[in-house]
Parts: sequence; C-alpha cells; structure tokens
Amino acid sequence: MIPSIPQPRFLTAAYTAYVTLFFVFLALPLVVVAVFAFNDSQFPSLPWEGFTWNWFFGSERPMIGVFHERGILGAIGTSVLVAVVVSAMSVFVGMTNAFLFNRYKFRGQSVLYVFMLLPLVIPGIVLGISILVFSSRVANGLWDGFEIDVEALRPGLWLVILGQFSFITTIATLVIGARLQKFDRTLEEAALNLGAGKLTAIRTVTLPYLAPAMIGAFVVAFLMSFENFNTTLMLVGSDAPLTIAMFDRLKEGSTPLLNAVSLLLMIGSSCLALVMIAFQRKS
Amino acid sequence: MTADLECIDLEKRFGDTVAVDRVSFSVPQGSFFSILGPSGCGKTTIMRMIAGFLDPSDGDILIKGKSVLDVAPNKRPVNMVFQHLALFPMMNIADNIGYGLRRTGMGKADINRKVDEALDRIGLPGIGQRKVDELSGGQKQRVAIARCMVLEPDVLLLDEPLGALDLKLRERMKVELKALQSAFDTTFVYITHDQSEALVMSDNIAVMNEGRFEQVGTARDLYYRPDTAFVAGFVGDSNRWRGRVTKLDGQDLELLSDTGMPLRGAIQGRTLNVGDMADVFVRPEAIKIAHVKGELSQFDNQLSGTVTSLLFNGAASRVIIASDTGHGEVEVNLPQSGEFADLVKGSEVHIGWGSDQGNCFAAEAS
Amino acid sequence: MRAEAKLGLALLLTPLLMWLSLLIFIPHVDVFLVSLRERVGVGQYQISFANYLTFFQEPLYLWTFLRTAVMSSLATLMTLIIAFPVSYYIAKMIKGRAQSALFLLCLVPFWVSELVRTFGWMILLRETGVISNVLQYLGLVDGPVEMLYNDGAIMIGLVYTSMLFMVVPLVTTLESLPDEVIEAGYDLGGNGVSVLREIIIPHAMPGIVSGCIVVFMLSLGNYLTPTMLGGKESLWFTELIYSQFIVRFNWELGAAFGFMLLILSSAIVWGMLKLTGQSLEKTMG
Repeated sequence: MIPSIPQPRFLTAAYTAYVTLFFVFLALPLVVVAVFAFNDSQFPSLPWEGFTWNWFFGSERPMIGVFHERGILGAIGTSVLVAVVVSAMSVFVGMTNAFLFNRYKFRGQSVLYVFMLLPLVIPGIVLGISILVFSSRVANGLWDGFEIDVEALRPGLWLVILGQFSFITTIATLVIGARLQKFDRTLEEAALNLGAGKLTAIRTVTLPYLAPAMIGAFVVAFLMSFENFNTTLMLVGSDAPLTIAMFDRLKEGSTPLLNAVSLLLMIGSSCLALVMIAFQRKS
Repeated sequence: MTADLECIDLEKRFGDTVAVDRVSFSVPQGSFFSILGPSGCGKTTIMRMIAGFLDPSDGDILIKGKSVLDVAPNKRPVNMVFQHLALFPMMNIADNIGYGLRRTGMGKADINRKVDEALDRIGLPGIGQRKVDELSGGQKQRVAIARCMVLEPDVLLLDEPLGALDLKLRERMKVELKALQSAFDTTFVYITHDQSEALVMSDNIAVMNEGRFEQVGTARDLYYRPDTAFVAGFVGDSNRWRGRVTKLDGQDLELLSDTGMPLRGAIQGRTLNVGDMADVFVRPEAIKIAHVKGELSQFDNQLSGTVTSLLFNGAASRVIIASDTGHGEVEVNLPQSGEFADLVKGSEVHIGWGSDQGNCFAAEAS
Repeated sequence: MRAEAKLGLALLLTPLLMWLSLLIFIPHVDVFLVSLRERVGVGQYQISFANYLTFFQEPLYLWTFLRTAVMSSLATLMTLIIAFPVSYYIAKMIKGRAQSALFLLCLVPFWVSELVRTFGWMILLRETGVISNVLQYLGLVDGPVEMLYNDGAIMIGLVYTSMLFMVVPLVTTLESLPDEVIEAGYDLGGNGVSVLREIIIPHAMPGIVSGCIVVFMLSLGNYLTPTMLGGKESLWFTELIYSQFIVRFNWELGAAFGFMLLILSSAIVWGMLKLTGQSLEKTMG
C-alpha cells in the first residue's frame, strides 16, 4: 500500500501503531541508560534515589564521576587516538582504491573487487585472531632469526589499529567510490582543456568534489573504530580502548558511572553525526 | 447510449488550492478523448481520480453509467498506462501482460493464450520471455498498452506515455496509438501537454487551464474556432496583438493595437464593446504574402514591410516581417509554391489577411 | 597502456594489495596452517587434523556451533520481519522532511557503541531492572522476575543491535521502487498481498539479501551480546574461540574454531547469494 491506494482506516492505524512501537523499542535501552546516569545510587536500577550530577562531576568515593576517573579518561584518550589513526589510514587507502576501481580497467579487476568486499563478510573475531596469529608468527620469526623484538607486533594498540583498519577500509572505499562513481568525468576534461595538468585537474576539481564523501567516510570510520569490540578484543594489550575498558568494568558489576560514560558517548557521537549531516547537506 | 466515462462537476481541492474546479465531460464509447493543458493545470489530478488513486472532493465519476467513487482502484474497470509506463522490471514480458489476468484467477493455459494473442496484436509476437530492459522504448510502450488491454477495460487512461520517447519515435507512436485504439475499439482518455499529440490522435480534446476546461471540441474546432484567448494562444502558433476596440459592426470589429497598428477582426459571437481592451490572434498560415500590393486587394488587413528573418523549416518555413510604419513584427508562413524562394533579409513584401481570420477576445486583466 | 598510466595503476594497486594480502589473505592462510598443527611435545608440532577431530568429537563444541548458527539465522529472520514494515513505512508511506527525520531516528541508536546498547537492555531486563519493576507495580507478577541470562534476552539483543543493518538497505531499495509501479499493480487488479508478493518483495530482494547477510554475519560473530545478555551458559561459538585464545592459550584449537566459523559464515553467505541469484558486488557494493 501507498498513500494513494485507499485502505481501511483500522489498517492504517494499526500500521502507524506498529511503527510507533518500533521506535519505542529503539529508544528504550538508550533512554534508560541516560536516565540512570543521574540516579543517586550505587546501582543503575530502580528504585530511584533522587537526582544527582555526581556520576559526572563527583570527586569523592564512593561516587567518583567520569571527569575524575583516570581509568575512563585514559581509555577515552586511547580510543580517540586509535580512531583517528584508523580513520586517516582507511580514508587514504579507501581513496586510492576508489580511484583504482573507477579509473582503471585491468585484468582481474572484478576478482579484486570481490576480494576488497570480503572483510565485510568475515566475522570480526576471526579477523582479530588471524591478525593476532600472523603478527606473532612474524614477531617470533624476527626474534628467532635476528633477535629483534618488534613491540608493535605484540598485542597492543598497533595491532588494534591494524585490525580495525583491515575492515573499515572496505567501508571507506565504498563510501568514497559511490561518490566518485557519480562524478562527471567531463568536468576533469574541461579542466584539462583549460590548461590544467592531469594531477592539477584531480586536485582542483575531483578532490573538492569528493571532499564530502571523504569527510563522511572519516566520520563513519571514526565511529566504527570507536565502538568496535570484536576485533579489538582479540588484539588488545595493556592499555585498553574505551569499549574494552567498559566491558571489563561491566563484568565486575555496573555502577551509574558507566551510564554517565554512555550518555557522554551518545552525546558525542550524535554531535559528530549531526555535524556530518549538516556538512553534507551544505555541499 | 450511455457514455463510457462521464465526470460530473468533478472537483479536487488540496487545502486551499483548487486543482480541479467543477469539471464535467463525457466520453462516448470507442472514442479517443484527450485532455490537453500546460503542466500543473490539473489534468493528472483528473486522471488519478478516474483511476482511483485520489478521492474527488466533490462531484461524481460514472463508468458505463455507474458511479465508481466507492470502487477501489484494483476493482475499477479502467486501466492506466503510466507516465513512465511502470512495467514490472522483476518480471518478463509475458508475466507483465499476464499480471492482471492472474489476479482474476484465470487458468494458466488461458493466460498464456491471451498473452500470445495480445503480443500478436501489438505486432511483437514471441517476445514473451524477454526482460523489460531488453525492449526498445516503442516496444515497451506497446507492451504497457497490451498489459492493460488484455483486461478489456471499459476505459484506458494514458498519462503522457510518449513523453520519454525521442522525437522521431514519438511521431511514429502517435500514428500507432491511434491505430491500436481503433483496433481495440476501446475508449481512450489521453492526457498530454503536447498539442500535436492531442491534435493528431483525438476525436475530442479538452483544453485545460488552472483547473478548468477552457473548451471541449474536435481538433478542428480548437484550432480554427477557439472559444477563449487561452485556447487560441495555447493551440497552434499565432500572431497576437493587444489593443483597444475602436469600432464595432456586427461581427466585425476594428481596433488600434498598443503599437499603433489599425487591425480588423471578428468577434465570432463573443461580446466586446467599443473602448474595451481586446486580444487579436492571427495564425501565420492565414496571412497571405505577395510581391505586389494589388494581389491583396480582397483583404481588409494590409501591411507593407521588410523581411527581418527567414526561419527555414521545410514545409513549415516562415518569415518575420517588420511593418514599414514601425508597428511591430508579423510572423507569416511561406507558401510552398516556391515563388518566394528568393526572399532574403531586407526584401520588400506585402501581406494581408481577412478580418474573419483575426479572432478577437476580451483581454484579461494582466 | 602509456607509461604514465602504468605508473598510476601501480601506485594505486600497491596499498590495495598490501592491505588485502598482509591483513586479510596471508593471516587467514596462517590461521588455517596453525589450525593444522598438533602439539606433540614442548615446542614440537606436526601437521594433522587433530584439532578438527576434537571439534567434531566433543559434543559441546559441535552443539555450540550448531546452536550459534541456528540462533543467528533465527535472529536474522526476526530482524527482517520486524524491519521490513518499518522500512516500507519510511520509504513509501511518508515523504519529505518526515521521511528523513524518521530515517535519521532509526540510525541514532547505532551511533553509540554496541556496549551501551547492550548495557541498556541489561538495565531493562535484569531482576532488579525496569521491566521487572514495572510488572510488579502493575500487579502482573508477585516478585521480581529475571529476564536476563536466557536465549530470549540474547535474541532481543541480537535483533536490536543489528536492526540498522537491515533497515538501511531495505529503505534504500524500497525507495527506488517508483510509486507508479505499485499503482500499476493495483490498477491491473492486484491487492495488497499480491502486490507485496509479486512486485515489492522481488524488487526489494537485493536489499533483503544484503541486509540478511550483514545481520547474519554480525550475529554469528557477536561476542558482546551473548556474553552480557546470555550469561555464563550462553554457549556462543565466539566465546569458545575467545577462551581458547585468551584463557587457555590453545591457539591451535582456537584457530580451528575460527576457521570453522569462517567456513560456516562463507557457506551461508554464498548459499544465500546463490539461492536468490544475487552477487556480492551487487548486494554489498
């Protein structure tokens, strides 16, 4: 049915009710997480003990707020660092990939394209263990052969970055590739015709056109990296990104501190997403 | 005999805007009826109301004498050829044509037979297993019609289906559509903004503007005897002057154009008074062109001037002539006889036309 | 090919090939090789299928494997059934601002970490949780009810967490179906059911397939949701992989498990594509 096809009224009403219910379902967990961040209690659950800001700004036990909790703040820093590096790397490779598949025709291209998509259909945990296994084999080989200890190849931030990069690059390639596909090649030809060199034409015409997609890909990559769990879990070393740090705490029992962190995360990622949307609407 | 389709005081309002304003018409069985109008005039709204995709705000729609207002679109005895044809891309041609028959619960063998018949009829036998996107534009067109015609609807609605075709194909499809219509002997209601489509194919045409029918009539009527200034301006090309009426004599009238040119025209039964502002429309082919002034003595509008442009377009070639007295330019059809083949820019010519060729209408305040 | 073009091709191929070979292809081959190792003494290994034999001979492993597959399929199906009407509503029933607003609302929950979403369900479902309290308040139950740590909770979590990956491809494909085609279906005598079956679903097939593939993959490979909502007895296959690698340090068996998971997911993705006549490029790209 579409609006132009007359339907019995109760059917339309039932449909609308269903969709409303769906959005309640979507909102419910997030709303409770947010609400209990302000519960003046040791547990994020009923009964409601009154409103407090302590889980954000509290500095005394037992209510140490997010902004005084070194462990959490450090984990946020780690996550941001990882996410920025991963996003930058995957946007760069995503861009070269997009140009490769859009501008060149070569033997084996379609096979390579399917290969490029594969990381999307490999379970994250398998990606994690394969990189873990391979990197320790290389590290052990280097140690056995040359007595060189490469710290970067042991579980830790570098492996986390590589692990996340390995599948986020596919997303970045798809996002940038989709926009490049829509690019009108005659614009580049016009630039060449007006005296630009090939690289200048790409720099002055194509790249500005791609900019929204690159920023979009960067934000998506950042969010995906920030909230990645499965791959990171297998590769993490001593300093854990936020999701892992929160997971470890949650296993020991939850306090509204975690709600407060979660609420900050929601606000942060919503802002990021809104900025991205606003930017894309403008262009 | 009851008409196949009859609309009575049909009205559609969207909020404050009136898209269709009390339109009444009836279409006799087996005829080709067109609604012609600029985009946004409400013609698509009428069609969607007939098909059942919009509820009229007021008025009634009768098919074979029975009101269909309470009949759901999938039960109405009308079918529609959509603007972009809406062939189902997920089905092959045979399944597209058989779609409606399957809905009636017809047996497989019968459906196959009917589909084959329909393909024969549209001159595309044996393409049943092809996919939609393997067909050319003209073939898709015919399949879209066949898909409706197998259901033997009382009325077939066509929503500017030729719009997407290129010019050459469109010309051919006009002829073909007309032929299909008489072969199926079904009532066609065709909407378009392209006057030549409407003029070529239709038995009757309604010219529509701002939600109202300006005039309903044959192509000839609309072209030679427009009822309103809008029709005169919209159908065919015209020279158009605006001026003040200076003299009235029965059906004839004299007026002085805003540019100072005296003109004679006919009011064809419309009321106009001395002192009114009026528009005069004169078709370029109604104006006679001559090298010698004497040849034009039978015309009561005469003018001498110089050629400012030659617009060569084969049989429809024209010249634009600027009057020597500086009263403006006139567009004139070139006769095909060849006696004016030597006209060049700057040539001195004389033109004239009878006052009965000048259709006069009261000027609308603008 | 001119020299300049050749150079460009080489420059662009390098990052792609390095990425795919060093981070995807070789590591997976390596996992396979490790899974074929059998430890026969300290630092001594031989090639054998012992790890795979262990997998097939230990009922718990096999049972967990099958259970994970079945529950992931079920979660995928449920996600599809729940998401389809909503996607259709967003794509076809509303237009303009309302449409983009509703679509955006669908995406919001997925900008925050899966951990937060799962945490939210824990707060809702546990014994001292919101739903239990509401039920008590309404007098529907006498004492606290524990809704966490069972398969139902896992199911809710999986469906919730993958919803976005179903809604987005569905909305995109459904939106590309012109209203005109649906109207034509009705105009030619079809009703809601036949139009859905013959026109809307066939048209949405690429979206359905890509949504299902991604949701299935995410469920199969999910670790967080089953662990947190299913508790200790949740028996999810990824938990076995994790415990072999991190807790027991038996990489050989863990690699074999990982490889089995890879085979399962590839087989199901491949089967789904074949069954519906779609290709990976079309559904993912």
